[in-house]
Amino acid sequence: MLGLLAAPLVWRGLIGPLPVPQLGTPLPLLLLAGVLVGIGTRLAAGCTSGHGVCGLSRLSPRSLLATLSFMGSAGLTVFVMRHLLGWG
Amino acid sequence: MAKLLSALIAGLLFGLGLLLSGMSNPAKVLGFLDVSGRWDPSLALVMAGAIAVAFFAFRRAEGQTHSVLGEPLQLPDKSRLTLRLVLGSVLFGIGWGLAGICPGPGLVLAGMALPAGWWFVAAMLLGMLLFRPLSRCLP
Repeated sequence: MLGLLAAPLVWRGLIGPLPVPQLGTPLPLLLLAGVLVGIGTRLAAGCTSGHGVCGLSRLSPRSLLATLSFMGSAGLTVFVMRHLLGWG
Repeated sequence: MAKLLSALIAGLLFGLGLLLSGMSNPAKVLGFLDVSGRWDPSLALVMAGAIAVAFFAFRRAEGQTHSVLGEPLQLPDKSRLTLRLVLGSVLFGIGWGLAGICPGPGLVLAGMALPAGWWFVAAMLLGMLLFRPLSRCLP
């Protein structure tokens, strides 16, 4: 965790200016997103890296089901937000 | 000490990879998830690349009882397909689709001293706390 937090600092020291992230999500939605990510990753015991990278690397059926589930719901969420509600 | 140092190096490498690949740029992640719009499939290559490397590492680790540094090694169960797994993944996916941020990149954004990163990580920690009472209501 400390390594992840420190990565931008190390990047600036070793490589140079940081890539600028584009953030467009309004604060209330950002907070809702954070809470959902927090609950979801605990409940599913993994996230994009836990199931998507590590689990799939181990050919784990559990992780395949998890990855399909979150890729599906994330894609559907973006579809609803962008193309049905016209946000972002 | 060696254990802490290896965790720090792993986190740093992971974070640098997220920065380099664009995974820590929420707009790019949302572009990857927007399959029916102007789809940007490039992050699929990041995942494929990560799996291509991790595959061999896990093949070595599988069946070992201890890590290279001598720590006990336990790999998670592979086969139990549960309601919790699917429900948790669906909720996580909705959050990921709303903001384009998952836990790793959230921490990187917080490390860039961006208020959006701090808010996201704070909300994520709250969600992790809410998990405990919620967990009792589920089979």
